[in-house]
Parts: sequence; structure tokens; C-alpha cells
Amino acid sequence: MQLTVNGEKGDYAEGLSVAELLRRRGHDPAVVVVERNGEIVPAAAFDATRLAAGDVLELVQFVGGG
Amino acid sequence: MEDKFILGGVELKSRLFIGTGKYSADNLIPAVCEASGAEVITVAMRRVEKGQQGIVPHIPKTMRLLPNTSGARTAEEAVRLARLARAAGCGDWIKIEVISDVRHLLPDGYETAKATEALVKEGFTVLPYINPDLYVARACVDAGAAAVMPLGAPIGTNRGLRTKEMIGILIDELDVPIVVDAGIGRPSQACEAMEMGAAACLVNTAIASSADPVRMAAAFRAAVEAGRNAWLAGAGAVKAPGEAAEASSPLTGFLR
Repeated sequence: MQLTVNGEKGDYAEGLSVAELLRRRGHDPAVVVVERNGEIVPAAAFDATRLAAGDVLELVQFVGGG
Repeated sequence: MEDKFILGGVELKSRLFIGTGKYSADNLIPAVCEASGAEVITVAMRRVEKGQQGIVPHIPKTMRLLPNTSGARTAEEAVRLARLARAAGCGDWIKIEVISDVRHLLPDGYETAKATEALVKEGFTVLPYINPDLYVARACVDAGAAAVMPLGAPIGTNRGLRTKEMIGILIDELDVPIVVDAGIGRPSQACEAMEMGAAACLVNTAIASSADPVRMAAAFRAAVEAGRNAWLAGAGAVKAPGEAAEASSPLTGFLR
């Protein structure tokens, strides 16, 4: 299925969870915030949330700034 | 003399806020935090790059995070970033930063006030970054801002208190803490802002871009404390240019 992750389209396994997506990309779920189709996915729901074809995801974290 | 600084219902001991941008090495940040005495530290929110851990592991757990909404060009984008920041689980303080001018990086007062209103309603402790414009500041205060953060000079310029008179007007007219943010390049300038009655200063570039950020953080700490003490003490009157000098020593009892 196709997902758009941080602006990049790519093919991903059907039924992938948010937690699996983060793991696959090498991100630490403890510090990453996930927005799916404009809605925030609570960290507690990373495992249970299955992604669907066409989902648009933003994966963000705190970086240095003033 | 007691001098409490309460912001968003929290009592702070330090009136110096620091940032986490532009350090040559992020592992300097713990020592900068220590030397500055600061309790509040800003962070930004960006897309995760593969293999990057972000800034949080470099920030001592005792610091209070003040995420900014940098990157936002409209109130709606600022609100979205604020919600994402809160979802990171580091509290509900937010520095509103709405900028669409990419050369001078000046904040958009109208969009900032709109974002302030929306986020106060959602329960955030909102600290808007603004031009020191009395009407924009009032709109933010009326919307429930916990403080306003006027710029001393454009972001990252180290030019100092170019907007001094306008900041002075905000200090005189508003009942919320005035936190001078952006442009302060030297400890003397932070000291001057505090002498004028600013509640606090936010300093990032001046510390991060110095040759020795840890030492510069200590210098800013001392300057902010000195300026605050001077304001509390109440400075003596300044004689107008052309007025006669006034001796500090007695004008009687001279040896002749």
C-alpha cells in the first residue's frame, strides 16, 4: 500500500502499525510525535493503530531552536 | 526583598531563558544550562530525519521545555505545531512564532494574536513572540497570553535593544511579564532590558554563537541578575544634558 511519510510517497506492507513504521525507519517512539491525516496519534495507540493505503503521515520531534 | 517571578502559574527563580539552536555541538547544552542557571529552554519541532535522536536527550530533565512554533506562517500552522508539541508530553507551554517574511524573520502580529486566542482556549500557557507593538501586545494579553515576548532586534542578529523605546512602552502599559526575546547580543544589553523592568530575557544566538558558550551563559546569568537588582533598587535621576554637575563629596571644609 502507498503511504506518504514526511512528504515522501512509498510502498509499505499492508496492515503496518504506527509502531512498526517507526521501528522500520529507525525512530525512537519515545520522542517521536505522529500525525496521521491531520490527527495526532497518541503514543499509547502506536501499536494498535493500523495504517491504511493513502494515509499521509507526519513524524516529528523536538530539535534545537530558539 | 522578595522578588517572585510567576509565569503560567509556575514560580521561576531564573529570569534568563535560553535556547537550544545553533550550538556547534549539542553536547554543550547541559553545561550551558548549568552555567546559565536557566529553568526554561526553547526547542523547535521538525520532521524526524532517519537516525536522528533530536534535542531532548541533550536537555537536563530539570529544565522546563518551551517549544516554539517556528516554521508556522499562519495561525492555523502555529496551532497545529503547538498540538504536536504538547503531544510530545513535555507540558503545555508554547512560544508562538508566526513568520512569513523570510528575510527579516519578523513575526506576523495578526496571525500571532489569532493563534494565541485559539491556543489559550485549548489550555496552553501561551507566550507569543511579537514585534513590540502595543496593539498586538494588547490583543495577545486580551486573548489570555501568559506573557508577551517582544523582539529587541531581528532574530539571530546580536544587534541588541534596537526597539528599546517600544519595549519600554509595553513594560509601562501591560500587566503581564515582558520577556525580551531575539536580538540580544551581549550581556550588557540583557542587563539594560532588565534595568528597564523587563521580567526576563530569552537568549539563544548570543550564547550559542560565542566562542565559549558555557562562559557566555554565566555572563548572561550575572547580567540578568544585575539588571533585575538595579530595577528593584530604583535608579537615581539622570540630569539633563547641559545641567550642572553635582559633587558627590562635600563642598565645605576644604583644606586651603
